[in-house]
Amino acid sequence: MKELVILSGKGGTGKTSLTAEFAAISDNRVLCDADVDAADLHLLMNPDIKQRTDFKGGGLAVINSDKCTECGLCIDLCRFDAIKDDFEVNEVECEGCGVCVDLCPEKAIDFPVKTCGEWYISDTRFGPMVHARLGIAEENSGKLVALVRQESRKLAEAKNMDMIITDGPPGVGCPVIASIGGSTSLLIVTEPTVSGIHDMKRVIELAGHFKVPAMVCVNKYDLNPKQTQAIEQMVRNMDVTFLGKIPFDPVFTKSMVQGKTIFEYDKESSTRQFVKNIWDGIMASPEMNQL
Amino acid sequence: MIISIASGKGGTGKTTVATNMAVSLGSDVQLLDCDVEEPNAHLFMNPEIDKMETAYTLIPEIDEDKCTFCKKCAEICRFKAIAVVSKTVLTFPELCHSCGGCVVVCPENAVTEAKRELGVVEQGSSGKVKFVHGRLRVGEAMSPPLIKKVRSHIRPDIINIIDAPPGTSCPVIAAMKDTDFVLMVTEPTPFGLHDLTLGVEAVKLLNIPCGLVINRSDIGNKDVWDYAEKENLPILLEIPFDRRIAEAYSRGKMIVDEMPEWKDKFIELYNHIKNLVKREKN
Amino acid sequence: MKIAITSKGTDLDSEVDPRFGRAAYILIVDTFSLGIEVMDNSENVNAFKGAGIQAAAMVGENGAEVLLTGFCGPNAFKTLNAAGVKVANDVTGTVREAVNAFNEGKISFTDTANVEGHW
Repeated sequence: MKELVILSGKGGTGKTSLTAEFAAISDNRVLCDADVDAADLHLLMNPDIKQRTDFKGGGLAVINSDKCTECGLCIDLCRFDAIKDDFEVNEVECEGCGVCVDLCPEKAIDFPVKTCGEWYISDTRFGPMVHARLGIAEENSGKLVALVRQESRKLAEAKNMDMIITDGPPGVGCPVIASIGGSTSLLIVTEPTVSGIHDMKRVIELAGHFKVPAMVCVNKYDLNPKQTQAIEQMVRNMDVTFLGKIPFDPVFTKSMVQGKTIFEYDKESSTRQFVKNIWDGIMASPEMNQL
Repeated sequence: MIISIASGKGGTGKTTVATNMAVSLGSDVQLLDCDVEEPNAHLFMNPEIDKMETAYTLIPEIDEDKCTFCKKCAEICRFKAIAVVSKTVLTFPELCHSCGGCVVVCPENAVTEAKRELGVVEQGSSGKVKFVHGRLRVGEAMSPPLIKKVRSHIRPDIINIIDAPPGTSCPVIAAMKDTDFVLMVTEPTPFGLHDLTLGVEAVKLLNIPCGLVINRSDIGNKDVWDYAEKENLPILLEIPFDRRIAEAYSRGKMIVDEMPEWKDKFIELYNHIKNLVKREKN
Repeated sequence: MKIAITSKGTDLDSEVDPRFGRAAYILIVDTFSLGIEVMDNSENVNAFKGAGIQAAAMVGENGAEVLLTGFCGPNAFKTLNAAGVKVANDVTGTVREAVNAFNEGKISFTDTANVEGHW
C-alpha cells in the first residue's frame, strides 16, 4: 500500500486544490482529508456520506456543586488555570489531565469523556474518501489525523486499492507529525514567496527527522519566476526531488466556486498539462516506488 | 490593547495584515508572531533580534533510589507518559502535558521536574516597532505552551498585534484568547468562507468582538459578504488582488513600503477596531 | 516458558491480530502445555492514548518473556524492553502456527519498533 501525503508548511499554497486535481486524474485509490482542523477537500468532492462515527476525546473535569466544599485544592493544583474562583471549569482551558478529579478530597469532580469530532467514510465521483471534522477549539487533532489515515488504509485494503492520497494539514506541529509517520512519500506544495520558502524548508527538515522522502513542486510559479528558480536550486541542493511548477491561474478559483476540478471545469485550460506532468512525475518517482 | 489576527484558512493574508498594520502605526506598537510552527512575520519585518531565550516545558524525572514502584504516578497520568514495569519507571516526555499530577501524587517525593525544549522565543525591534516571535523546535508537537511564552511579552501600555496560527484548534485558541478584538482575514472563495465560518465559531466561543478583512476581494464570489451581513460581522477592509502586492509579498516586501497610499488604510483599520472595542467596553 | 501473542480471538486457532496496543486479545501461551491465559484488551482498544504502553506493561506483569505480534510502535517497544520482553514483529497466521514457529526456532526477534507512533 502506497500513501502520498500532500503538505505545504504554509497555508494557502494550493495543497487541497492540487489534491483534488490528482483525484480527478488517478484511479484505484482512496482519498484521505487529514486536514481535520480546517477540512476543505469535501467542498470539491461533494461526498455522499455512507458512515459517520463519533470521535471521542479525553475527559473533561466537571465539578459537582452539591459535593463541592469549595476548599480550593483543585484551583491550586490546576496548571492550566481552568478553574476559577467560582468553582466552574472552563471547558476551553481544561487540558483533561484529571489531576483535580483524582485529588479532590470530596470526590466532587466528574470526568466525562467528550465527543470532540466526527469522521466519515464517503463515496465521491472520484471514488471512496475518508474525512473528518474536529470540533471547534478541540485539541488532539493529531489523534484524529492518525485515525482518518488508519481508516483510509483499511478502506483501501478492503476495496483492493493500492494507493492513498492524503491532503495534509498546514504547519509542522502535532497534526503534521501525525500525518507523515509511515507514509510512502511527501509532496510539498510551495509558492515562490519568502514565506513559502521558509515554511517549505521546515517541512523538509521535519521529513528528514521522521525519515520520509519528500518531493517539491511550486504553485503560482510565475508570480516570481526568479524565486521559483531559486527554490528549484535550493531543493536540488538539499537532495530533494524537484517535480515541477504550476502557473498562477484564476481557473483554480473559478472551478472551486463551481465545486469542480479544473479537469472538469475547463477542458481547454493549458494549466491541466502542468498538473498532469507533476502527477506523472510523482507516480514515476523513486520516492513513490521504493521497496 | 491586544488585537489577534486570525483566519481559519491558511494563506489568506494574516501576516500581511499584521505586519502592515504594525508598521503603519509606527510606534508604541508590538507585533507578536504566535504562528510558532511557521513564523513568517520576521521575513517582512526583518527585526534586529536582541534577546533570545530557549523555552521549556516541564516533564517528570524519577529518582529510582526513592521510588517504591507503587505506580501512583502512572495511574494519575491521563496521557500515559509514565509506565512502571517491574523495577523500572519509564517516562515518555513527548506525551507529557506538564500537568504536574505525578509530582503531587508521589508519596515518596521521588518525582521532580526536568525540562523539555519547546523552541525559542526571540525579541527585538524593527524600526520603532517591537517584535517578538516563537519558533517551535522541528519535531516538537506541542505548540500552545510556546505560544503562551510568546504572549507573556504582551505589554499593557502599548498596542499588541498577535499573528495567530491558522485553523481552529488548540494553538489558535491559545493565540486568540484574552484579546480585545479578533480580526479575521479571509478570501471570497468557497475554501475561504468555509474556514472563516469555523474561525468565527471559535471566536464566538471565546466571546471576543470580531471583524473581517477580505483579501483578494475581487476573486471568487460574493458569498462571504452575504455571510458577514447575516452574522453581523463588520467588514473593516477590502484588499483587491493586485499583482504588485503579490509580487512585493513574494520578495518579502510590505505593501506600505511599495505602495505608501496603503498606510492610511491600515491606520484607519486600527482606528476602526479601537472604536469597536471602546463601544464594546461601554 | 510463557509467550504473549496478540490475537483476534480467545483460542489457539484464532488469527494473530497484527495490532499490538489495540489488539482484541492478548493470549499468554505456555509453550510446553499450550495452556492459554486470555487477557481481554478491550480497555486498551478503546483507550484514548498510550494503548501500546499500557498493553506492554500488562504483558510484562503477566510474566511473558516473549511477544509475537504484527506491528509494534516505539513507545510500546521501549516499555517491553524495560520489562525484559523480547519482541517479534510481522507474525501472521493463527496463534497455533505462531507458537509452533516459535518452538521450532523460526521466529526472529527485533531490536527496533517497526511502525511509527500512532498518537
